[in-house]
Amino acid sequence: MMRAHKGDGRIAFAYLTPALLVLVGLMGYPIYQLVLISLFDYGQEQVSGGAPLTFLGLENYATLFSDTKFWSVLGQTVGFAAVCVLGTLVVGAALAVLATRVRTWARTVLFLAALGAWATPTVAGSTIWLFLFDANFGFVNELLGTTGFSWTYDRWVAFGLVAAQVIWCSFPFVMVTLYAGIKAIPGEVLEAAALDGASALRTARSVMLPLLRPLLIVVTIQSIIWDFKVFTQIYIMTNGGGIAGRNLVLNVYAYQQAFAASEYGLGAAIGVVMTLLLLLVTLGYLRALRKSGEAL
Amino acid sequence: MAAGLAVTVLAGCAPVQSGPAATGADQQTGQLRVWLFDEVNRGPKEAVVKEAVTEFQNAHQGVTVDVQYIQVQARAERFKAAFSDPKSAPDVAEFGNTDLAGYVAGGGFGELDLSSWADAKDLLPAVLDTGKVDGKVYGVPWYVGVRALYYRTDVFTELGLKPPTKLDDIAPLARQIRAAKPDLLGISAGGKYTYGAMPFVWANGGDIARKDGDKFVAAIDSPESKAGLRQYTELIADDICPPAQCAGNGGDASVEAFRAGKAAMTIGGDFNRKSVDASAAAGKYGIVPLPGKTEGSVAPAFAGGNLLGVMKGSERKSLATEFVKLLGGKQYQRKMFDAMGNMPTFGDVQADVAKANPVVEPFIKTLGAGTKFVPVTANWAKIDAQALLPNLIQEVATGGNGLDAAAKKAADAMNAAFAS
Repeated sequence: MMRAHKGDGRIAFAYLTPALLVLVGLMGYPIYQLVLISLFDYGQEQVSGGAPLTFLGLENYATLFSDTKFWSVLGQTVGFAAVCVLGTLVVGAALAVLATRVRTWARTVLFLAALGAWATPTVAGSTIWLFLFDANFGFVNELLGTTGFSWTYDRWVAFGLVAAQVIWCSFPFVMVTLYAGIKAIPGEVLEAAALDGASALRTARSVMLPLLRPLLIVVTIQSIIWDFKVFTQIYIMTNGGGIAGRNLVLNVYAYQQAFAASEYGLGAAIGVVMTLLLLLVTLGYLRALRKSGEAL
Repeated sequence: MAAGLAVTVLAGCAPVQSGPAATGADQQTGQLRVWLFDEVNRGPKEAVVKEAVTEFQNAHQGVTVDVQYIQVQARAERFKAAFSDPKSAPDVAEFGNTDLAGYVAGGGFGELDLSSWADAKDLLPAVLDTGKVDGKVYGVPWYVGVRALYYRTDVFTELGLKPPTKLDDIAPLARQIRAAKPDLLGISAGGKYTYGAMPFVWANGGDIARKDGDKFVAAIDSPESKAGLRQYTELIADDICPPAQCAGNGGDASVEAFRAGKAAMTIGGDFNRKSVDASAAAGKYGIVPLPGKTEGSVAPAFAGGNLLGVMKGSERKSLATEFVKLLGGKQYQRKMFDAMGNMPTFGDVQADVAKANPVVEPFIKTLGAGTKFVPVTANWAKIDAQALLPNLIQEVATGGNGLDAAAKKAADAMNAAFAS
């Protein structure tokens, strides 16, 4: 056992300082401002210096929590994000496994297609999907013979379409990461399992999954954070939140209620709530993993 | 010293505010920055503006005018940024009249002195009102936009129909047309088309809000308003304009269906005329004022339109005001009509234009019959951003919520916005 020398802490701190400075500058300060703004009545008048600042304390939060629409949008967002995360993981994992089983040329084609989806800018991707699913001129309706059917009208159909788009543009990250993970599993381990007479299913469950666990954690948390914060797809594909706002998610709602309406204080409060929720989800997830005996 | 420190700490503990806008300076030379809205077909507008710029530069030695065209969709962000940072702001800007109250409250535009301007006396009073907040003028109406009823003459002739003469006739007429021609929308009426729907409310004696002292109170849930809403949302139904097709449409999309030859009627503005003339409906459409409650009357239209104003923080206020008077004056309004079809805001220029172009007559008749406007309060921007009226129309039209409940919800949300 090594004994910690006096001064080690200071040296460690010195080494960490650059990273700390970057983090404080890029993350700490904006979050500080966000929290601060959420405590004030801060509209366009106040920003331009035309009206004095009024300190509200937690009033913005009280307004938010007493708004029934906020709660329904929050529930909707959680549900939507959950579907997107699950879909992304399932599609990404399935294709990663597929990629390890097929010939080189097929794998190259698969990767090129996935990277294409990944590289497409969100705005362009959403718009192209809208073209494909256009009620009158869309390719999909032509293929299905359902010309005239609107994919963005019904609440659940619209959510489904947007979820499909989100999964389409986020599965490549999961696929590439997991593919790399599977490839990194030492051949001897799998060979040993095979010699012990383990079935393919058993190998997958008892050998591969535990080895892939750290990677799965990373992609899951990443996906949760991304999908909880979806803005572009909903904003573009449902034309700002669907008929009568029934396809709203939290980010679009915050934009509409707060930023478009110049209520920056209220908007900041929504931002703080979202940040806290995401932190909670991430912490809870990490804790659950720790409990089950797997350190990250 | 401790007190000083406390002040510093306190000051550090508040969100940033930009300093008071520059005042005092009124330079007579240098660059005048102008923001105008970009258009789908900007060429003719740009040509007229260039002419005005040349004239202005020739009349003012040492002055250059820099015109920037900004996107209408991005206007909120652009203007907010300009208000927050006067250094990046223009001196003169074009903006929508519904945005005025919010912009003035945000400290964006300064009061205009039009007393020495000869043209000013001919500005139509109802239109000039859209450029006022609390009785003070902040913008010169550059053009006004009113909507009327477009209908397909070929379809009406074929079915032996006449354009509606009262509001109650529209729904039955539209139903009859769709029954006879199932591939046509009886009338293209969008669920997000606030300014197409409001005339129905106004014609029934309702309103968005009424003034109570110096505060606004929502009136959208009054019996009269609800009668109007019922009449409009009745149009968004499978036998006239199916919700799946129409509920998500705003004004542009509603007119687009008419342009594509897929609708027998629609509510369109004078500003849509040029684009309809370049569409599948060209040459086979007519326009009448949107009829009112009683036979032969006209439903009050929304007095939309754009203003030209001078930014409060401008360092060249006199020059900026001069430029507004030139570009917003009679001569250039007339040129803008010829170039873009923008309806002038001067009574005499309007009469002139109508004489030369009989086709704009229904719009001028609509203007003459009296127009209405949204509540002039900075909170309107909030109500607009929160899409309260479109949501109300969509909720009723798609059957998600009964009219009474939806109207009450919208009124409550509106009152909350008025109170803030």
